[in-house]
Amino acid sequence: MSLRRLSPHQPERFAFSAQSKTEVDKWIAKFPEGRQASAVIAALWIGQEQEGWVTKPMIEEVARLLSMPYIRVLEVATFYTMFNLEPVGDHLVQVCTTTPCWLRGSDDVVAACKKHIAPTPHTVSADGKFSWMEVECLGACVNAPMLQIGKDFYEDLDGPTTEKLLEAFRRGETPKPGPQNYGRVSSEPAGGALTLKDPQLYNGGYSKKTPGAES
Amino acid sequence: MASRKLNVNGVEIEADDNITLLQACEQAGAEIPRFCYHERLSVAGNCRMCLVEWVGAPKPQASCALQVKDIFPNKDGTPANIRTNSPVAKKAREGVMEFLLINHPLDCPICDQGGECDLQDQAMGYGRAAFNRFNENKRAVEDKYMGPLIKTIMTRCIQCTRCVRFATEVAGVPDLGATGRGEDMEITTYLEKAFSSELSGNVVDLCPVGALTSKPYAFNARPWELRKTESIDVMDAQGCNIRVDARGPQVLRVLPRLNEDVNEEWISDKARHACDGLNRQRLDKPYVKKNGKLVPATWGEAFAAIAARMSATKPEKMAAIVGDLAAAEEIKALKDLMLSYGDVNLECRQDGAKVGGGPRQSWLFNTTIAGIESADAILLIGANPRWEAPVLNARIRKAWTNGPVKIANIGTPVDLTYPVEQLGGADVLSGIADGSHAFAKILKDAQRPMIVVGSGALARADGAAILHLAAKIAGDSGAIGPAGTPAEGGWVGFNVLHTAASRVGALDLGFVRGHDMAGILGGGMEFVWLLGADEFDMSKLGNAFVVYQGTHGDAGAHRADVILPGAAYTEKEGLYVNFEGRVQRTKRAVFPPGDAKEDWAIIRAFSQVAGKTLPYDDRDALHQAIYKDALTFKDMHEAPAHLGADPAVWGAIGKAGPIDGKAPLECTIRDFYLTNPIARASETMAECSRIFVSGAQQMAAE
Repeated sequence: MSLRRLSPHQPERFAFSAQSKTEVDKWIAKFPEGRQASAVIAALWIGQEQEGWVTKPMIEEVARLLSMPYIRVLEVATFYTMFNLEPVGDHLVQVCTTTPCWLRGSDDVVAACKKHIAPTPHTVSADGKFSWMEVECLGACVNAPMLQIGKDFYEDLDGPTTEKLLEAFRRGETPKPGPQNYGRVSSEPAGGALTLKDPQLYNGGYSKKTPGAES
Repeated sequence: MASRKLNVNGVEIEADDNITLLQACEQAGAEIPRFCYHERLSVAGNCRMCLVEWVGAPKPQASCALQVKDIFPNKDGTPANIRTNSPVAKKAREGVMEFLLINHPLDCPICDQGGECDLQDQAMGYGRAAFNRFNENKRAVEDKYMGPLIKTIMTRCIQCTRCVRFATEVAGVPDLGATGRGEDMEITTYLEKAFSSELSGNVVDLCPVGALTSKPYAFNARPWELRKTESIDVMDAQGCNIRVDARGPQVLRVLPRLNEDVNEEWISDKARHACDGLNRQRLDKPYVKKNGKLVPATWGEAFAAIAARMSATKPEKMAAIVGDLAAAEEIKALKDLMLSYGDVNLECRQDGAKVGGGPRQSWLFNTTIAGIESADAILLIGANPRWEAPVLNARIRKAWTNGPVKIANIGTPVDLTYPVEQLGGADVLSGIADGSHAFAKILKDAQRPMIVVGSGALARADGAAILHLAAKIAGDSGAIGPAGTPAEGGWVGFNVLHTAASRVGALDLGFVRGHDMAGILGGGMEFVWLLGADEFDMSKLGNAFVVYQGTHGDAGAHRADVILPGAAYTEKEGLYVNFEGRVQRTKRAVFPPGDAKEDWAIIRAFSQVAGKTLPYDDRDALHQAIYKDALTFKDMHEAPAHLGADPAVWGAIGKAGPIDGKAPLECTIRDFYLTNPIARASETMAECSRIFVSGAQQMAAE
């Protein structure tokens, strides 16, 4: 957590695209008349989906749309860390650095990001393709360390794999999400399953006849 | 109402279900420390200082956020045991205090709140003495800009959010907010814009620490050095109760005083911050014009010049105009003095308001300020209460917040901080009067409708006709109900909203005689006595000999032939009648500067020189004379009870006549911060005007 302020670099204006506007209207319609302000998080999120980050004109546009004072929308935008208040690259890299990931080597992942993207978080890389940030637990601790690019998780990382991953993105490829090491599937043990391997577990071999019951 | 028994520290009490545990504990005589809780704001429950022990509950309870109805009795049926001084409660409070102090700077010696700081006091009362286990650096927060009146030292903020709730709920100007979260939470306005409320100064009082302090008062004095005088504000006609803090000969600040019936505990920024005008541009000795130039003179010379001129003037060519800040004493003395010369002209309505004469109810705010809270429909006619009486506007907003109130405005649309239906211009009035307009039905269906006629309507040429029509609408819509105060079930919904503190007192004393304002200014007067009157075009006085008796070198003093230096409201004892008809008294906090004297004493002294000695030698005798004119002055501090629906009273208000539907119907105040000589002399008010009024006009013009 750190101080969250609006970026000093702000675009001139913001307008919801026709598609975003439809989405926002859908959210506004979910709340009773006079309670449109309840749609503020959804509206900001849709705006962020469109622009990549939350801008000052976006905050003001949302406030006007929902008849809220500007300060009320600013409060929401600065409260939730899921709203990016700084410009982001094409690929937003969110590195988990909470305890399990950190113990499993997230420092190396962060170092890779610093090397390949920018030395500081919330900074767009020179080619405009990336920006990275540290985040709190993303809930994939069994595959620690991990990071999120766009909406996909890339897990079981270490320094070199992270670098490879970022290079692949830079080339315009989209690597397969999920574990990147140990050849395992999702959160199974590396090298295949170690327990629950007995086929009889699954074919009814261990089932017992209930005494007295007709088959 | 349902209630239940509680055992607070061994004292058994019966507590109403709808109050909070904190209030119940106070009823039982227990003292509960608090920072975020404030009885006029919504409950936030975020400071945790009010923790108490509910015996049997697993954790200490935040008493401000726990309602009595949520407390169930013990298993054996005995009342729940609440402990506010048990080891559990004490430990909980000590813990909270320790957390609050982690990040609070130890800068009390240079903090303006020092000596009147809730955190200081409660740390002494409820904290752990000489104890600190936090060696980390304290958090530092950038200071924010909140306008010309509020100085911020945000590192001191304990995030109670009282200011945010005040701005949103009471002031109705949601400019303040809390951005960020957790340790990084900050109180700010949207991108450092000034907090644009006329009540903004109240957040300084609300702030329990030194995060928000008064900018004009910064580093001026310590609270224990100040001489505190309980008095009355005269910046508007509401008669807000204030405390004047002075050191030596100087008024340093003005704070509100609690009065539920008038101002609760708020005052406007003008009432609070115009006090620096009391020390600037003051008239401190008499002046007499010689060869076209004002030169200092003695009282004797000044009196002789006036007496000579007065005895040489025909009474019908003489006039006296009472200004907006005059107390009843000098109004009465001036009236008696002028009348001793014969058939003179007396006028107290500088803005030309067509009110006065007839029944007293025709110039009062009859509903009373507290009565607004029980109104269910309000029609404003040519009024902008936000500028005419900001604290009254907060009361209307309170009524709107608490219940369904339909509020409509006839006149220029204004932002009053609550939703108002804009009905249009003066031409709408006849529609409402004959019942054809939609709002007429709303008024009729309302249980307790209210009609407020503002200065904008009264000051028009057809003001008397509007007043008459408004009284008719009030009568037809059932706004004139049974006699008695609102608490007794009485109701009168016909109200006149004045802007001048002296106005009702002067009307009560009958300071309306002969020519009105237009007549005096265009009638070739040869002698005019201005009692602090500055609010009209002085060039229209023509060749008249002008005596200006007042406090400041303002418009009137520039035009004057003789200047008599008077005392401002902080420098004299004076009776002021607010727009409800409530008589209140100012007290002397400091002495008038230089040779200046109390105004009634000046007039009394002059009367002797002129050979028309007034029959009162002291204030008591003067008061007796005032009672002879108007018995209402005997009822101190009370708003008059309503007389009920007497057609003889309500039919005689104003004068029927044609109404110009096209002429603008708008507030006569052009600049809220500069409405009287004291405010115009104040640097703080000039700054406010520059930022809030001129700035707003610029933005509107863009």
